[in-house]
Amino acid sequence: MLETAFFNLFAGLAILSGMGVVLSRNTMHSVMFLILCFFNAAGLFFLLDAEFLGIILILIYVGAVMVLFMFVIMMLEVNVARLREGITQYLPLGGMIAVILLIEFVAAASSGVFADGAMATAAHLGQEVNNTKQIGMVLYTQYLLGFEIAAIILLVALIGSIVLTLRGRKDAKYQNMSAQVKVRREDRVRKVSM
Amino acid sequence: MSVMDMAIQAGIWALEILAIAAPVALTVAYITYFERRIIGWIQVRQGCNRVGPAGLLQPLADGLKLLLKETIIPARANKVLFVAAPLLSLVPALVAFAVVPFGETSLFGIWETPHIMAISNLNVGLLYVMAISSLSIYGVLMAGWASNSKYPIIGSIRSTCQMISYEISMGFGLVTVMMLAGSLNLADIVHAQAGGILHWYMIPLFPMLIVFFISGCAETGRTPFDLTETEELVSGYYTEYSGMWFATFSLAEYGAMILISLLTSILFLGGWYAPIPALDIIPGTFWLLGKSAFLIFVFIWFRATFPRYRYDQMMRLGWKIFLPWTLGWIFVVGMFIYTPGLDGIINFWLAWR
Repeated sequence: MLETAFFNLFAGLAILSGMGVVLSRNTMHSVMFLILCFFNAAGLFFLLDAEFLGIILILIYVGAVMVLFMFVIMMLEVNVARLREGITQYLPLGGMIAVILLIEFVAAASSGVFADGAMATAAHLGQEVNNTKQIGMVLYTQYLLGFEIAAIILLVALIGSIVLTLRGRKDAKYQNMSAQVKVRREDRVRKVSM
Repeated sequence: MSVMDMAIQAGIWALEILAIAAPVALTVAYITYFERRIIGWIQVRQGCNRVGPAGLLQPLADGLKLLLKETIIPARANKVLFVAAPLLSLVPALVAFAVVPFGETSLFGIWETPHIMAISNLNVGLLYVMAISSLSIYGVLMAGWASNSKYPIIGSIRSTCQMISYEISMGFGLVTVMMLAGSLNLADIVHAQAGGILHWYMIPLFPMLIVFFISGCAETGRTPFDLTETEELVSGYYTEYSGMWFATFSLAEYGAMILISLLTSILFLGGWYAPIPALDIIPGTFWLLGKSAFLIFVFIWFRATFPRYRYDQMMRLGWKIFLPWTLGWIFVVGMFIYTPGLDGIINFWLAWR
């Protein structure tokens, strides 16, 4: 009973905050709603005993990705009036996607996948089950190749973004900090006997 | 579970939360007092000594003053976020205390097995603390943006860059702790360090202790790294704040400082264990709080001793020194664990083998 209540709370808040992201006029408020949405998704993971995924969702998306989002939005000058400009242009496409999704959801819901018996009624795992360890075991043995490919793709993206944004400006003045730190009094002050 | 049981459980949780939040608030008040006295002592002056005996009532007087002051909200500020920002920075600082184990007790022999004194003994406790403490950025960012003023926004942007940079080296430093303890549960990490000072992780992970503590300094924006609230920015992201909302920011800052001190003692300094096993007759909570109190003193000592870092120097320290250092130490620890011949050395600290 308590679990259902919490599920409804998290799921409902996730949907509401998702709507808030789209509907709010102020982009800053949109970002805050998106953060709330991530929190609720993490809450849903916790209800499924997937505490590692929940925490990682908060750590990576809320703690890092959204900060960068917010950073970019803070720098942008968003004109509220212009937000509504192309609404007639995008409405048909957006509406079509919405209708397709609606049909899919209804079809899925009526297909019996979400019937009472199919819902997660399994007993919860005890505290001795450590799903961080389990994920690690699988990730580093069975799926090692996929994991390493993902790691290499990330590394390439990382280096690529640095290469793309690096402009070796010749006229810029750089400071050699280790030289600055290593400076001793004798290098700068000379005692002169008068 | 009946409604009655649920009500009792909720009551117990509320008491547990109160038992942590109230002392934290009180400690924050008195840390400000000790900070002023200690810095006074270091700089050969008195510090606050007028209100009450030896100035002990000063924090209460300060609190009253801040409470009674008017909270001014700038006319062009975004009111909702302006008011929410201090709370957004305070809440993570307090919520993170939920997983901190303050010791182990059998309640004078009533319970057969000793229980961990934490609100929640999470299996992913370490990740939880990292995740929650990374949220305090939002309070700072929001404060800077919502104030609609240039100094706060510069302060908050500096602060964000700083926090993101140092979080990375902090996280990698914690990976080495996980490698030795084989667990993310804070209580298990302390248990892995049982048996005297030689078992503490500060011995094999000494560079990580330094990195973690200095990164903690930067995370909380304490003095060598307090570029976010410098004089040139007219106290940075909280320029526009006054009264109790201003106090909420410093409450969050000092709360985070207590948290970093507790975590450093839990992860590297043996948590609630005494340096010599014979001294474990003194309750573990005293040891943990004593170690943390010493680390808080070190924070204050830093403040009285070091000049502020220049911004580019600070970024260099985070990215070019701490990050390679932590990555290198992960490699070293991994090599020691899995190389035959070398593993004999590290087995002493390896709880899971």
